[in-house]
Parts: sequence; C-alpha cells; structure tokens
Amino acid sequence: MSLNAKTLNEDEFFFGHKACAGCGGSLAVRIALKVLGEKAIAVLPAGCMSAVGFNFPQLCFGNNAIISTFAGTASMLTGVEAGLRAQGIHDFHAVGFAGDGGTADIGIQALSGAIDRNDDILYICYDNEAYMNTGIQKSSLTPFGAKTTTTPAGKNIRGNIRPKKNMFEIAAAHGIAYAATASVGYLNDFINKVEKASKIKGTKYIHVIAPCPTGWGTATDETIDFAKEIVDCGLWYLAEYEGGEFILNHQPKEFTDVAQYLKKQSRFAQLTEEDIDTVRNSRDQKWESIQKNYKRI
Amino acid sequence: MAKEFLSGNEAFAYGIRLARPQVISAYPITPQTIVVEKLSEMVEDTSLQAEFIHVESEHSALSCAIGASAVGARAFTATSSQGLLYMAECLTYASGGRFPIVMMNANRSTALPWNIYGDQRDSLSLLDCGWIQAYAENAQESLDLALMSYYIAEHKAVSTPFMANLDGFVLTHTYEVVEVPEKEQADLFLQPYKTENKMDLATPRNLAFSVGPDHNIAFKYKEHVGILNAKKAILEAESKFAEIFGRKYSGLTESYHTEDADYIIITLGSIAGLVKETVDKLRAQGEKVGLLRLRYMRPFPNEEVAAAVKNAKAIGVLEKDISFGNEGTVYTNVNSALQKAGISVPSSNYIGGLGGRNIPEEEILYIFEDLKNEKGIIEFLGVGGAKA
Repeated sequence: MSLNAKTLNEDEFFFGHKACAGCGGSLAVRIALKVLGEKAIAVLPAGCMSAVGFNFPQLCFGNNAIISTFAGTASMLTGVEAGLRAQGIHDFHAVGFAGDGGTADIGIQALSGAIDRNDDILYICYDNEAYMNTGIQKSSLTPFGAKTTTTPAGKNIRGNIRPKKNMFEIAAAHGIAYAATASVGYLNDFINKVEKASKIKGTKYIHVIAPCPTGWGTATDETIDFAKEIVDCGLWYLAEYEGGEFILNHQPKEFTDVAQYLKKQSRFAQLTEEDIDTVRNSRDQKWESIQKNYKRI
Repeated sequence: MAKEFLSGNEAFAYGIRLARPQVISAYPITPQTIVVEKLSEMVEDTSLQAEFIHVESEHSALSCAIGASAVGARAFTATSSQGLLYMAECLTYASGGRFPIVMMNANRSTALPWNIYGDQRDSLSLLDCGWIQAYAENAQESLDLALMSYYIAEHKAVSTPFMANLDGFVLTHTYEVVEVPEKEQADLFLQPYKTENKMDLATPRNLAFSVGPDHNIAFKYKEHVGILNAKKAILEAESKFAEIFGRKYSGLTESYHTEDADYIIITLGSIAGLVKETVDKLRAQGEKVGLLRLRYMRPFPNEEVAAAVKNAKAIGVLEKDISFGNEGTVYTNVNSALQKAGISVPSSNYIGGLGGRNIPEEEILYIFEDLKNEKGIIEFLGVGGAKA
C-alpha cells in the first residue's frame, strides 16, 4: 500500500524552525523527511530552509542534515553518498532540498553533473518562484509577470518579462533515472513520488511547487489553496519522467480561470488584460505540447 | 622500499595511494592533470580502493570532498590556479567545518594575463582561508608530504584541511628517483580516519550550521587554535615518519647553513634546490651565506624564522608572488615574525619567477650580493628599473 497523508510516519524530523507562517517550502521538507525517515541525510544549500533551520544552538533537523554552499547541493550530496558507500554503508537516503534559485540558477551546474554521473541521490527543488530568503528577487523560475524586488513593476516594465524555465524537462533531458513535478497542494501525489523515488537507484529529481505567502502576496492560510489552483488552472502540471518517457499524472477536466489565480496574488497585481492573455496563451501552448509528448496514465 | 623514477605529480599520487583516501573528486587543470590521471589508473587497476568522482568543476570537486568528509570518509582533491580560485568559497567552508580534506595544488600563475606556468600567487592569495599550507621542494618530499598530510590534518587536536603545494612544471613535471614506501609500512604510519565530526546514522547530527554574532568568534578562535596545533602535529608526524621510513624532515622550516650566516635567503618550494647549490658555491669561496626554506606557510613558523635569522646582517625573501599594492606576502609574514621577536635586521623582498619565468643562478648570486648593501628593498627580479 502506498503512503498517504493519513498513513504517514508520525515522527517529525523538521520542527522548531522559524519559517514564515504558511511556508510551502518547509511543508515540502517536513513531508518528504517523513516519507524518507530517520535514514535520510539531508543537504540544504544557503536558502530559506537552511536559514530557518540551522541556527546554532537551535538546530531543527531530527535526522542528519548539513548546509552546503549555495551552488553545491548536488555536489555535496554526491560526496555524502560516495563517502558512506565507500565505508560499506548502504541503508540511507541522500536527499537535497534546494530552492528555485539554488537549483535552476547557481546550482544547475552541480545538479547537471550529478545527473550526468547518475549518482544515487534524490534532489528535491522546492520552488517558490523567486529568491525569497534574500527578500524576493527574480530567479529563472520566477513566472512571467511576477513582481519581485529586482523586477519591480513600474511605468516601463511590469515585473518579470521572461517565462519560467522548465527545470523538470531540463533534468529529464539528461536521461535521468526519475524526475517528477509535484505541488504541496496535491500532497498525496508528492508523498507517492518521494516514496517512489526513494526506491529507485540513480539520480532522482522532484520539482515541487511550494507557495510563499511573503513573496507571492497571499494570505498565510491560503498556501495549499494556491498550490492546488496553480495546477487546476494549468500553469503547473503533475508529471513524471521515467524510462525515457514523460507521463502526465493529472489532467484537469477544465482549467480554472488563470486571471482569477493571478489577480489574487499581489505579485501579479500590475498585470493588464493583455499580460494575462500572454500567460493564458503560453499555458495553452505548453499543454498542446504536453498532449503531444506526454503519455497519460 | 622500492625506488622509482617519478615526476612530482606522480610521486604525490603514489603518496596518496598509500594514504588510502576513500573518495577522490577532482577536475583536471594543467599542470595538476597527471595526478588525477594517475589516481584514475590506480582506481582502475584496483591498487587504490576509492570512489573516483568525475565532477564537472573545481567548486564541485571540493564541495563533494566536504560531503564525503562530513560522513567520515577520507577525501582527496587536487587543483591549480584558476581552479583553486574557482573553489575558493569551498576552502573556507572546509576549514570552518573542520573537515580534514587533503588537496594537492600545482602552483600556477593566475589570469590575467593567461599563463599556465608556475608561480605561487594562487595559493598565497588564499593564505587566510584556514588551510594548512605546505610547500614541497622535490618529488620525494611531495610523496612524503602526501602521506604525512592526512596524519597532520586528521590529528584530533588539528582537524584542519591540508593544502600541499608543488611548483607547477618545475616540480610537478620533473622526474627524480623517489623511494616509494611499502603499503604495510604506510599502514603502520597512518591509521584509518576516525572522527566524531561527522553525520552518523546511529547518532544524527546537524552540521555546517549558522552561528550568529554572539558565538561566531568562539568558533573562529577554535579554528585558529586547531591550525596552530598543527605545529606540534607536524613534528609528531615527522618523528613517526622517520622512525618507520628512516627519512627525516625538519618541521615548519629547513635551515641550510643559517647558523653562522651573515646573509640569508628565505624562500619556499622548488627554487630552494638552486639556492642550496648557490650557497655551497659561495661557501666554497668563503662567503657566509645560508638558506631558510619555509616548508609551511600556515601555520606560519614565526619562532623558527626569528631563531634562524637573528644573527644575520641582512635577509632576502625570494618569492614567486606579489600582493599588488604592497609587497610579497611571504615577505610580509617574515617581517611580522621578526618584529614580534624584536629582531631588527634589514630585510629585502625579491619578486621573481612570476608566470614561470626561470630564476637562474645569476639572480641568486645577485641577491646575495645585493644583500650586502643591507638596505631593505622590494625588487622585481629581471625587470629593469622596477624597484619599488
């Protein structure tokens, strides 16, 4: 029987930290560690989760955990995995938790290297769509139109002008052993994917959407709602890559309104109807390609 | 003990094999590449049982070694020049985390201008990053350092990473007859790595954490004490090494005819060989000259420097380095040692060998001659009118 939110390990491995109220990232870390259990060795780069969880003498991980350099999540995971294996230890999970900046920007080289070597590690990117730890700056996973402190919305430019990079497909393009997208709004799906990944040998990459009320400009009790809605309106999708194939896990019967999703978040407050059309069109284009290239369950 | 004809790079790789690292993560760069190739061959032919990780950059090389060390594995990496600078962030990370990783650095010039040849600007510019820094003179010392480095770095009172420096090409690519110790002897010398400073499945730990303003300085103080403790650990390692292998080393420095010398050159690395020959020649002519070779730059041999030069009429620091806007870094450190010991001796700084430029015997002779002026100058050797 596969795990779900009800049958999950009651032990806590990430608690007592000082993450913001409603933090999606800390939820992703907490849940993934419950799935992986006490044999998880977590590597977290400079970023939100290390900033809130590792303040001596208040250390918040119940399992083994270490901060890596910002760019070094994957390379340190490689060292942890190789170091234990070299000592004849095999019953552990080397797991990384890095944000979107630590993954898609500064850490992409080390991640690409690890996937290329097929190191036996699980890399989880908790994507809150900007550099939130330093106070909301644009990353390459910030979506089109989002206002950040480095992509301010003014008279000349209305927030971020570039679309979100597709890290899931970039990871897959390496021919990775397993990759998946997820959202903390679809928790059972995320739990299942972490569990599945933990049983696969080689490099595993899970990209989980983790809303940030502070950076998105949403209420702290709406994190799960937004994490659901981003999937329901088609701006995010739940999928896997395995054995050389893309698989779509969840096909919304009908997309909910993109405009509604965007307008509820203050980071998108400045968008015009034209901008919203741009978002909608790019969603439709992506789904056209998904329908063509992804298998359905 | 077998004799083999080895380059500095190869000798270092032989020494590393004897030290049995469990994880090797390295990225190739001239003139270090041969170490990495040699170790790969050793892993392939199973004479070295290690995980060899083909990292995609130097940053990852050291980051990976830190990860391995953080779970209690013995880790090795090697680099040079731009590679060392590229991994610089990880250097302070390894030392602050007290991970006793060993790295060989093939000393090479740093860009710009591009240059693949040897000088010591790469490692000396990173003197403050908390690593033990040793400088080998020849291939035999390279091999012996490789083996001793782990003993020193992993010493309980030290727990500090170790950078062993070999002059690019002049030492890394020059062949010498080297005595290679037997495996069994090496195992007698170096025990497997054991530490509590690791993530352990039985007793989980959080490592490499943040420490705020209240406690930060206490951590840094302990780091400083650790690297200072290396002074004793180096002597301990060398004494045990001499017992087992019969070869003796002299701690942080090597004195060559300094006892009664009026004029002393202080230098480091492979150029010391030529200075020794020149000292011999001048001594044969009745000149009282000597050499003090700095085998370690960190921890710095303050007491040894002061003791060696206290009766000299003048000293000259010859180094392949310049701290732009001031003087050679070795010179700064030497002068500080003299000042702390209350020794007033004219000291001059000779910057030479940058970008691999040969330092011929005439320049050594010139330095010994120039020291007789006892005036204390900073000079770029062979650059007309470049006295500063």
